[in-house]
Amino acid sequence: MKYIPHSEAETRAMLESMGLSSVQDLFQCIPAALRLAADLPIPRGKSELELERYFYQLSRENDGVLEFTTFLGAGAYNHYVPAVIDGIISRSEFFTAYTPYQPEVSQGTLQAIFEYQTMVSQLTGMDVTNASMYDGATAVTEAVLLAQRARSSAKKVVVAGSLHPFYRQVMRTYVANFDLAVEEVPWDSTGRVDPVALAAAIDDATAAVVVQSPNFFGAVEDVAECARIAHARKALLVMAVTEAASLAAFKAPGELGADVVAGEGQSFGIPVSFGGPYLGIFSTRSEHLRRMPGRVVGMTEDTRGRRGFVLTLSTREQHIRREKATSNICTNQGLCALMASVYLAYTGKSGLRELCRQNLAKAHYAREQLCAVPGVLPRFSAPFFNEFVLTLPGDPHAFARFCKERQIVPGVPLKWFYPGLDQDMLFCVTEVNQRAEIDKLVAAVREFFARP
Amino acid sequence: MTQRVRKTISINESLLFEQVPGNRSTCDFPPLDVPSGEMADYVPRELLRDDIPGFPELNEVEVVRHFTRLSTHNYHVDLGLYPLGSCTMKYNPKINEKLARIPAFAQAHPLQLHENTQGCLKVLQKLADLLVKITGMDGVTLQPLAGAHGELTGMMLIRAALTARGNPRKKVLIPDSAHGTNPASAVLCGYTTVTLKSNASGCIDLDELRRHLDPDVACLMMTVPNTLGVFEENIQEVARLVHANGSFLYMDGANFNAFIGVARPGDMGVDVMHLNLHKTFSTPHGGGGPGAGPVVVVKELVPFLPMPVVSTKTDGSLFLDYNRPQSIGRVAAFYGNFGILLRALAYILREGSDGLRQVAENAVLNANYIRHHLSRDFHLEYRQPTLHEVVFDDKNQADAGVHTMDMAKRLLDLGFHPPTVYFPLIVPGAIMIEPTESESRAELDAFIDTMRQIAQEARESPKLLQDAPQDIRSTRFDEALAARKPVLIWKETGQA
Repeated sequence: MKYIPHSEAETRAMLESMGLSSVQDLFQCIPAALRLAADLPIPRGKSELELERYFYQLSRENDGVLEFTTFLGAGAYNHYVPAVIDGIISRSEFFTAYTPYQPEVSQGTLQAIFEYQTMVSQLTGMDVTNASMYDGATAVTEAVLLAQRARSSAKKVVVAGSLHPFYRQVMRTYVANFDLAVEEVPWDSTGRVDPVALAAAIDDATAAVVVQSPNFFGAVEDVAECARIAHARKALLVMAVTEAASLAAFKAPGELGADVVAGEGQSFGIPVSFGGPYLGIFSTRSEHLRRMPGRVVGMTEDTRGRRGFVLTLSTREQHIRREKATSNICTNQGLCALMASVYLAYTGKSGLRELCRQNLAKAHYAREQLCAVPGVLPRFSAPFFNEFVLTLPGDPHAFARFCKERQIVPGVPLKWFYPGLDQDMLFCVTEVNQRAEIDKLVAAVREFFARP
Repeated sequence: MTQRVRKTISINESLLFEQVPGNRSTCDFPPLDVPSGEMADYVPRELLRDDIPGFPELNEVEVVRHFTRLSTHNYHVDLGLYPLGSCTMKYNPKINEKLARIPAFAQAHPLQLHENTQGCLKVLQKLADLLVKITGMDGVTLQPLAGAHGELTGMMLIRAALTARGNPRKKVLIPDSAHGTNPASAVLCGYTTVTLKSNASGCIDLDELRRHLDPDVACLMMTVPNTLGVFEENIQEVARLVHANGSFLYMDGANFNAFIGVARPGDMGVDVMHLNLHKTFSTPHGGGGPGAGPVVVVKELVPFLPMPVVSTKTDGSLFLDYNRPQSIGRVAAFYGNFGILLRALAYILREGSDGLRQVAENAVLNANYIRHHLSRDFHLEYRQPTLHEVVFDDKNQADAGVHTMDMAKRLLDLGFHPPTVYFPLIVPGAIMIEPTESESRAELDAFIDTMRQIAQEARESPKLLQDAPQDIRSTRFDEALAARKPVLIWKETGQA
């Protein structure tokens, strides 16, 4: 009864006003055999202080999170989260509002989403962006489904093997229910998708080519070349993104020929939070607007001619179209989109450019220092942003175990994701990693692999 | 009479992109502590962009003022009753926000060492255990990121189980009162849908069900209580018929808040159910997400749950278990909306066995109180007992030329967020009211008085309703214009 305002006297008075004697009278519509005779087999409620103690106790089993230096990326990025974000999203007006079905009393949410759509479109160089999706993996999968709707004879999608392995798994889970094959193409020695293999994999029944840039190995793809190859067979080019901050550094995907940009927006001010909630980004060209999944906000006027914003183009959506909808998606990740909006507005163009410069500088410093250790080799030669793969002179898992003593999580061993890359490790270095931490990592590599 | 919306401070606010130009972001970073270069020193210049045209460049004060002013344009549940039927706008406890922000949780990278994230894994395991006990089912996945995502996952589980039995089958039966996500999710899972016509009391018509049950039917998807707020009194017979046909029974758990602690889906013959944590379990709606849509299942479906799952090692420590050979695979990039799952756990622990039952009892009490006190003024198409919500319509007002939307907009003038309107589809002009357990009698009385005033205005001055809202920042928006000439992003020139 922690969040229920009624006193017993009030409850009685309410029941009396309805001619009832007990709340139980209201549950007679549930067959008696189904009604529980006893309370649920779970503990009784805790006080707020007990609850707080319980969670702080649990959080101490996570202390390593704060104590260890990490170089983990691979789809979730440790960027600094400015205090303004929590300051804004903690406002009840934003976090306790519902989907803006009544626009006259939801202009705060609606305008913020319109601004989000605009800023993401400016970054992706695309005509339209939806109000956000669940996460990067589901956004990329929905992009493939859009391509399938655009090309109804499609039987296949061609996916770079360097697309995040978890994203490929989600895509396979979804398309298992359709007559749609997923064919993966390998990378070349640069770490980028092999253009010859890509061209060979695409046929006239290919709906889309999915290429991630920077890809799972950190390599910046030649997106323009991939788009040319895809478009030559009338397939759409879906550019996937896991590190959204890179959009501020590299040429806009729209300029490079991408038809859909789909991916993860967690880098825009959203904490890594053990994998969620995150933010699915989805941008496309105007021609695909009516095939686009998810909510979208548009500009309009009220009866006095004043500008305002509403949810629009809902004839694509499940609550109108039911089984004929473009997607089953109902909600977006509203508050996460707001976090991204606040982050982007606060960081601004010059802040984003500096963020990118620092990520590039620190990651390149780290790779250079690590590669100066005898036996450590760069795996790939393509340009990179803040992630890179190194081949170590030994077992990355053994090295990771060694690093535990030094309170370092060095990176992600790739063997589990890519059998064959047995000695390779994926490192991520962002603006939050200080030089002393990088040097500590380098010293650990030096010490471990110098061992007899 | 309450007139809270129009009394709220409300400053007009231009778009971010229209703020005074020439400012520079005050966002700063520590000086680089590694050799410093320009971007083109690290990657070829031809890969780089020169500019982000139109992108904002503001200082911190401007950004905070901008979003704070925008926030004043929102109605929200901390302001008052938010009676959206089926959406369950209940209070979101403040403590849960504090707990989700504990740094050791918020800063836990999903690929961190298991040794360093035992706390996170315990949160997941504890919540999984409680959801199974609360629903009386056998297993659960916490991975789905929203209710509709849970529906899709649940359908995939059914498809996997049927495939394992030898035939995935072809059709899903869905009552005409269902949420739109139900048919959309079924189709996304490769099924065709068949709409079941409800009987005169808005429930599943057993004869209609028997007629449609054939060897191609994979499952029946039903919402309990249904979107009228009516508990399916024949649910046990429905389950028996569905199971006898070799089909599964899917329960849309969107309305589980109506009977949590009072009855358990597992005792009703339900095979799969998704839970909307942002409805029953008080996690914030956030202006439209993030939600979370865990799916609880019976034993037969457990092997097919998405991977990874949290498992226990012989030494008692927890780990993410990928050794799930029959799993349908992943449905999300990582393990679910952890920050939301944590809030739901906090809610369940705080309410406990005693509190959860009272949640349902008071939600049902409040809804019936509104029903009782408004039923003289508003038409009730389906008259049997309802639980957590009540669906009126505009039949009593239609003769005066007043429709549901007019009354909804008039509520805005009078300080309340309107109910869900024009849903469920089986009630033309539906006004679907769900107060939740969070509302005091005083708040309910204020709403009832306001609704009665509107009923009176409909008789005496219908134009007041047809032109509403007039007393708040905005009058009615032209939604047709937005769809006819879509302007979805701001552009520097030639924009509306």
